[in-house]
Amino acid sequence: MPTVPAPQWSNLRTYGQLLISMFVLIVGAGRVGSAVAKSALASGHEVSVLDEDPLSHERLDAGQSKSWEDSGGQFTVGTALETDALIQAGIEHADAFIASTAGDNTNLVIAQIAQKRFGVEKAIVRVMDPARADWYREQGLQTISPTKHAIDMFQRALEPAASLQGEVA
Amino acid sequence: MYAIIAGAGKVGRNLARELINKGHEVTLIESSRSCYLANEDEFEHAVQYGDATELWVLERAGIQRADLVIAVTGDDEDNILVCQVAKEKYLCERVIARVNNPRNHDHFRLLGIQPAVSATDLILRLIEHEVPRYGLVHLLALEEERLEIIELEVSPDAPTVGERVADIALPEGALIISVLRGGSGFVPKHDTMIEAGDEVLLVLDPGLEEAITAYFAPNGHPAAF
Repeated sequence: MPTVPAPQWSNLRTYGQLLISMFVLIVGAGRVGSAVAKSALASGHEVSVLDEDPLSHERLDAGQSKSWEDSGGQFTVGTALETDALIQAGIEHADAFIASTAGDNTNLVIAQIAQKRFGVEKAIVRVMDPARADWYREQGLQTISPTKHAIDMFQRALEPAASLQGEVA
Repeated sequence: MYAIIAGAGKVGRNLARELINKGHEVTLIESSRSCYLANEDEFEHAVQYGDATELWVLERAGIQRADLVIAVTGDDEDNILVCQVAKEKYLCERVIARVNNPRNHDHFRLLGIQPAVSATDLILRLIEHEVPRYGLVHLLALEEERLEIIELEVSPDAPTVGERVADIALPEGALIISVLRGGSGFVPKHDTMIEAGDEVLLVLDPGLEEAITAYFAPNGHPAAF
């Protein structure tokens, strides 16, 4: 009887990825957007990036051995509010939509367009403003607020005693 | 009435002035420091410095008791979000948004921001009214009620010329509400005769424009009088 290798984290992740390979559209290729794009492509997703600045393409190539396109990525220059640009970037086939431009308001509007007009199931939005991140989450958007995480981390860094107390209690 | 106006540019500032003159209470919100300072002398406590897309700024302005929120910043995303939050979070019954780029009009509609006013569309409509090249002018569109009022100039070759209003078998969902003739308008009776050169006003269900045009201006052009 052949020995079945014990499941390992790396194997499980590979199985998982094979099952859920998605077409991911990322709008806004700044530090966050481009890094998420690269990691999504590396984990086997199909990735398309839309940014109004042609130069942002360089961020996708930086530190890679092959160019973004040679690695299978797609890049479109355009403004997110332009429906034509979204369509060109493939929004009609997108399984997931990531709004990571520098503007909260742009992100919130385009994520809702992705959801309501193009029926993209998973719309993930970066919202710096924690208050609106909370409210829009209640409205059905998946919001990520880096500001909120930073606040939490600063608070924890300032008061190590408080977290110790928490553990004791 | 209490109105909050987001954006103290030309549009916002003049709107605020008009509303205050009419005796309404107004708060203007402006996110640019220099623009805020330029308006502070005139509006005093009625102008606040802040980003109206942020919840606490709207709350500070008293959005909970606002009867009307008007978003007229130069940024369409901001205008959409101010109105969306006002309507859906603070349950403000009436919002009005300015559309800066007419290509964004669909986005306002998609997210339920009505009415959304675009200067380009307004001017186009005026041009249409002054120069009715297509024979048909949209006077009013009640989008939520799904009704519209149009104006058509009756061309000499129209099948309805010389017909009594009562005899014109218009499609279901269309009604003649007024006739303009010789510079004055009247509400037609059942025996009013339609004449070439009349301007008829009709209330319609949306989508009937083409069918109705065939009755009054079959070639799509107004009579050349």
